Amino acid sequence: MIATLLAVEGETREVFEDINLFGKVVFYVLSFIATALFLWGSWQRITKYRRGRPAGRIRRPAAAPSSNGSAPTVADTVPSNGQPSKLHTVGTIAANSTVAKRDRSMGIAHFFIFWGFITLFIGTVILTIDEDIVKIATRQFGEERSFFKGVFYAIYSLVLDTMGFAALIALVYMAARRGLFHLPQLDYRRAEEPAGGYDRRQYQLGDQLFIGLLGLVLVTGFLHEGFRIRASGFPDFEIWSPVGWLIAKGVSGAGVTLAGSDTIRTVIWWVHAVLALSFVAYIPYSKAMHMLTDAANLVTHDPTTSRRLPAPDPAAGHLGYQTVEDFTWKELLDFDACTKCGRCHVVCPAAAAGAPLSPRDLILDLRQWASTSSGNVTLLDSERRPEPTGPLVTDGTLAGDVIRADTLWSCTTCMACVAACPVGIEHVPTIVELRRSLVEAGTMEPSLQDALQNIAQKGNSFGKSARQRAKWTKGLDFTITDARKEPVRYLWFVGDFASFDDRLQSLSQTFAQILHGAGVDFGILYDGERNAGNDVRRVGEEGLFEMLVEQNMEQLTAAEFDEIVTTDPHTLNTLRNEYPGFGLDKPVKHYTEVLADLIEAGELDVGALGSTATYHDPCYLARYNELTEAPRRVLRAIGCDVVEMPRNRDNTFCCGAGGGRIWMDDSGLTERPSENRIREAAELDVEMFVVACPKDFTMYTDAAKTTGHDASLRVVDVIELVAEALDRQPALGAAEI
Amino acid sequence: MRIAVLLKQVPDLVEEFEIDDAGTDIDREFLTFLLNEFDNQALEEALLIKDATGATVDVVALDDPEVDQALYTAIAKGADRAIKLTGANGDGWLSTHARAAVYAGWLTGESYDLVLTGVQAADDLDGQLAPMLGALLDVPHVSVVVGVEAADGTARIRQEFAGGAISELDVSLPAVVGVQAAGAEPRYAAIAKIRQAQQEGNVDEVAVDPPAAASGLTIRRMYPPEKSDRAEMLSGSEADVADRIIALLRERGLVQG
Amino acid sequence: MNNDVFVIAEHSDAGLTDATFELLGAARRLADAWGGQVVAVIVGNAGVAGQLGSADVVVTVDAPADYTSEAHERVLAGQVTSRDPRLVLMSMSTQGLDLAAALSATCDRPLVSYVVGLEPDGDAVVATAQIYGGKIMAEVVVESQAAICAVIAGSFPADAGRGAGSPAVEAADAPALDGLRTTFVARHAPDAGDVDITVADILVAVGRGIGGEDDIELVQEFADALGAPVAASRPITDNGWLPKSRQVGKSGLKVKPRAYLMFGISGAPEHLEGMRDAELIIACNTDEQAPVFDVAHYGTTVDLFDLLPELTERASA
Repeated sequence: MIATLLAVEGETREVFEDINLFGKVVFYVLSFIATALFLWGSWQRITKYRRGRPAGRIRRPAAAPSSNGSAPTVADTVPSNGQPSKLHTVGTIAANSTVAKRDRSMGIAHFFIFWGFITLFIGTVILTIDEDIVKIATRQFGEERSFFKGVFYAIYSLVLDTMGFAALIALVYMAARRGLFHLPQLDYRRAEEPAGGYDRRQYQLGDQLFIGLLGLVLVTGFLHEGFRIRASGFPDFEIWSPVGWLIAKGVSGAGVTLAGSDTIRTVIWWVHAVLALSFVAYIPYSKAMHMLTDAANLVTHDPTTSRRLPAPDPAAGHLGYQTVEDFTWKELLDFDACTKCGRCHVVCPAAAAGAPLSPRDLILDLRQWASTSSGNVTLLDSERRPEPTGPLVTDGTLAGDVIRADTLWSCTTCMACVAACPVGIEHVPTIVELRRSLVEAGTMEPSLQDALQNIAQKGNSFGKSARQRAKWTKGLDFTITDARKEPVRYLWFVGDFASFDDRLQSLSQTFAQILHGAGVDFGILYDGERNAGNDVRRVGEEGLFEMLVEQNMEQLTAAEFDEIVTTDPHTLNTLRNEYPGFGLDKPVKHYTEVLADLIEAGELDVGALGSTATYHDPCYLARYNELTEAPRRVLRAIGCDVVEMPRNRDNTFCCGAGGGRIWMDDSGLTERPSENRIREAAELDVEMFVVACPKDFTMYTDAAKTTGHDASLRVVDVIELVAEALDRQPALGAAEI
Repeated sequence: MRIAVLLKQVPDLVEEFEIDDAGTDIDREFLTFLLNEFDNQALEEALLIKDATGATVDVVALDDPEVDQALYTAIAKGADRAIKLTGANGDGWLSTHARAAVYAGWLTGESYDLVLTGVQAADDLDGQLAPMLGALLDVPHVSVVVGVEAADGTARIRQEFAGGAISELDVSLPAVVGVQAAGAEPRYAAIAKIRQAQQEGNVDEVAVDPPAAASGLTIRRMYPPEKSDRAEMLSGSEADVADRIIALLRERGLVQG
Repeated sequence: MNNDVFVIAEHSDAGLTDATFELLGAARRLADAWGGQVVAVIVGNAGVAGQLGSADVVVTVDAPADYTSEAHERVLAGQVTSRDPRLVLMSMSTQGLDLAAALSATCDRPLVSYVVGLEPDGDAVVATAQIYGGKIMAEVVVESQAAICAVIAGSFPADAGRGAGSPAVEAADAPALDGLRTTFVARHAPDAGDVDITVADILVAVGRGIGGEDDIELVQEFADALGAPVAASRPITDNGWLPKSRQVGKSGLKVKPRAYLMFGISGAPEHLEGMRDAELIIACNTDEQAPVFDVAHYGTTVDLFDLLPELTERASA
């Protein structure tokens, strides 16, 4: 091997062999045109991004004070502002790890295409440096020198051949994946069928052209290599181009003469060159631009924007978004970053339920609209419609005409799309911004309007008197400390559902009894508490959110406590991530964290239940706050055998109630997300479906009934199980006697 | 066209009502107050007319508890001007007769084509504002109205009767209308807009004389209604409840089998 | 002022309203206590005078057949002023809401609205009114003793006012009806209903608690299983989820079925007015404090979405 390698010293190939001066001129002119087209197209895109407002992604704002206390959150694994470092992100991009997440084979294929073409590109750059810089420069000083020869050339040939071949195999896999596998994520049919119909065949043609162009560039490259080797009569050192060598053998075996090979080779050289240059020109006008936009998008991605929603732009003069200029440049980049991979489409609970929302369609519609409005030229990358509706709207409202109101209202803000997206698109904040426009225009269904008015007037969505908020405590045989009057260790922020829903009040009472029994020092704000505003904010009612924060902060500031505890993951999210921006500087815990600590510290004497259970991760714990283990710790501690559903932890499936959906009509859905989830759990053959969120308790109790699984699958909150495990203890003691 | 919408705050009916020490009025101390729901309908109807014709809409209220909120909300929804007549309210309940007298006095000096208000209110024990005001101002009035189409000098009004029959009437303006339901669900005002209106603080306060008129009623006592004949509550699972209900129907021969 | 009691009679296409007879019954007790006469006043439809047997005097005044507040107010104000009865009783109907307060101002007589009880107390009348959405009762006397009372329909038995008799019928002179600023244009009957809910034995009624239009189907399925029509409270018909012809209540129809089953109706007074006479009332509402349970015979707080499928299953069996 080494011997062969050493034997190639001085050997090389001619770059423009057989291409005469006229050919060279033509080639350089074509290169210049291709480069110019590439630059112009890229500039068009950049011009569009520059229309957007600042996104605060280049120079980070000062990190929010870390207020998470002992709660394990993203903040512990990444820098204190909750964002991974740039270097870390570059590593992620290089490893293609976001692409491989949840789809390994696709990730591997993409990795080889990604690195294959980067390698080939670097190869071309090296060739250019040698041919157009080193050779020309050295010629000025006497003898022409070149480094593109000998050992360097052999290694160069081997690496490029291998990587090119791997990329070719990967491309075949990608083509088969699209053509043969019938994957639901690659089904381009819209979630919402526009009245006049639509045509997305361009998207498919664009995909085919993209894969086809890449494949042809590789194939012609290899063919050229083969005919060159044949034409030059199999010089030994060319064995370092193994693919070309094999092709040459084949050509020779097929009886192609030396002279014939030379002619064919020249033709293929031109085909290859034109294809490669066309591809360069094609990049900024097509799906191929994702090579550039995705890297940029990942580097500037902020994974915390969903849990800590950006406030509206105070300079806009209106709420929400109306024009391209209202978007941040990051959002405009998001749109161009989309590769239509469809991962968001298949994880979206709204799309699964037959609602008119698909995060993919939303991003593609916004991309087409923003690109058209900005005069961007695209090639086979747009949807066509007989009527100028949706993304084709030119004079209409953005939230309402371009993106339909019912589409925007369908979002549960479960963040599944953001978590699934391999290229760092942040769908949720954009949807909330568009909802802000709907709220400003008053476009909402009556039940949501009622809920918001109730919250504005009475501080709760139930429309009950604010003075009745702590009525549930009347059923207790002790008095809960009024945290407004006495200092407490834990301030329990109860939340609307746990306070007012008839079915949940007993859960609240049980939790109070557990804390009281364990001697925990805790209190509540009584009628001083208001809806925390998490879902109000996600509905897009920012003014009401601010009002609620002011009202709650007034109470919280006046109270003395060390930590906040809540049973509601939605409340937890806004208190933990958004209230610090308004001055809250206390740790916020979920009740399962408190219970897990109490049990493990031996302060709750629990027995073993010995049941089988599956645990449903609430979106606002698992995805928003990376809080997945505390509830499982509790379940294990009380002797439950936890069997996981296929979709667990950050891949959990939404109950359908988040983002204000609980206040909206869900009767138009084909299958409620909660029913879909219960069916998933019913496959496991477990006794219990354990929840850790008040809304989940009502959603899944209902869903178990409507799906007919209520007899075999008990929907139960962690609170109840801990209470049962506490009851179990004396019984065990008695048995021992 | 100029439209005045008269707004009134009433106690939020979800609150628990208590009677004051004298036993002749409700205790207002812990009550919260909201815009009368029918006044909200009247405002919506006025705004619909504004949308259709470009009329100006002024909202007018007396100095009721938490009334500023209602006025700012009206501005956020699109009212052109908010006017608060101060000096008429005492401590407790203000009768419709007193309200009508104050409004009649003030409106006489103004030139509105249409005065809209709610058909009734939760506390208008001594009668409804719209007809009383019509009589005092000697202008035509129509109540239980579910639609107003205003044109120059006249309005085509839809009045609703029991069973859902509708009369169409032409009324020459000025006129007073008591609105039952607007042509659309009352619009939503984003809190940010309401707060903006609040910050701008554009409520014109106009001092008026205390009302000369009174209801002429003496309230002997107020009390919560006796809950004597409350329903017998069926409890248990929904299957148990369903069994009981079907049995009740079966006893009466209303379900076969 | 004399000791008479006026009853303003109301008539629809179907003749005199039930409420008119309810008022006549109530008027009789008061007139007898004061030693006065019950005077029924009919505006614009003298033909029905014969049905007012329990009045002592029937006054008919000629007026355009089609109701307008302006013409009727002028006629009635003339009668009230000229005959000066101690008490005028009206129904809290559209006409009552339209006219009572105007008459109060024009004739300078105090008015009690939302009356559900009337008792004589010496020369005065003590009226009990239901205010604050039915949450508070107010017991009121009128200082001047010349009063108008607007009475909520259903507060008194109609049968007490249906007595036979031969009252004196007086045709009063109509006032000059010139210079009217209100013109009657047309009357539209409610959308012709597919069914007549007033004749059904059982009604399944649905209210705001149903949440969404699509869920009306759950109620419809149960109603179909019973062979009963679906009735509704105002929010449902206002939203257009069911035709107006299905609406029960003050602005809808008055029904008296053998069984009235209510789902997601909290029981606003306006709705209760239209159905409280049903023989059997069963209400399903999640709020145990809902006023509907004050009129229902049986109630339940289980969730209607859980209950309805169970009911449908049993009713179809």
